[in-house]
Amino acid sequence: MTSKKQRPVFFNLARIQMPVGALTSITHRVTGIFLALGVPFSIYLLDLSLQGPQSYARVIGLFDNAVFRSAVIIFVWVLAHHVLAGIRHLLSDIDIGSQLRPSRRSAWVVNIGGIAVALLALGVLL
Amino acid sequence: MTAAFTGLRAWLVQRMSAVYMLFFIAYFLVHFAVDPPHSYPVWRTWMTSFSVSIATAAFFAALLAHAWVGLRDVILDYIHPMVFRVCLLVLLGFALTAVGAWIVRILWMSHG
Repeated sequence: MTSKKQRPVFFNLARIQMPVGALTSITHRVTGIFLALGVPFSIYLLDLSLQGPQSYARVIGLFDNAVFRSAVIIFVWVLAHHVLAGIRHLLSDIDIGSQLRPSRRSAWVVNIGGIAVALLALGVLL
Repeated sequence: MTAAFTGLRAWLVQRMSAVYMLFFIAYFLVHFAVDPPHSYPVWRTWMTSFSVSIATAAFFAALLAHAWVGLRDVILDYIHPMVFRVCLLVLLGFALTAVGAWIVRILWMSHG
């Protein structure tokens, strides 16, 4: 037990080397957690939108609110990154792009693609 | 409960649900791009049509299974004391069940 405690622990996230694949991977996990937390809010909006003309109008009216629009754009980024990183995982499951070089490249594509989709959403909503 | 979706089965559930949700989201986006529902009656008619209702119900079933496997992995990776681990898994199970019941209610009521 004591020898276990004396082992050097070096897990300072700010100081360890984080290759782009690792960044994509941890972001996939974090975005997954946030998406799960977002599910009740999304379902609430779906519920409202189907209850009747007035509550439907309330949901549409939310898009006039800048805070709500910002939240939607962040949600789009979170979802886009999670989906793109997920596709990357699925492809590497069937041995597409699982070598180091292609996997680095696809990690960049995922990280930048997620932001690109969020910017697209920004353009649509503005 | 530990027998639910472990090992290869969890892996498979995670992938199959992901692929289904991918197609559903793509279909949804294409529909909103091509023929966006501009009013309540149009939105409701579309959502309550037979095929979209079934596809939506299947989407949320996939979502719940996907979330269960994913969040279970996160809990198993970071929460080591057995008591906390079991409590969190039970809590997660309840939360996902509640969300499932909510979805059933929404889809059911929208048809009424």
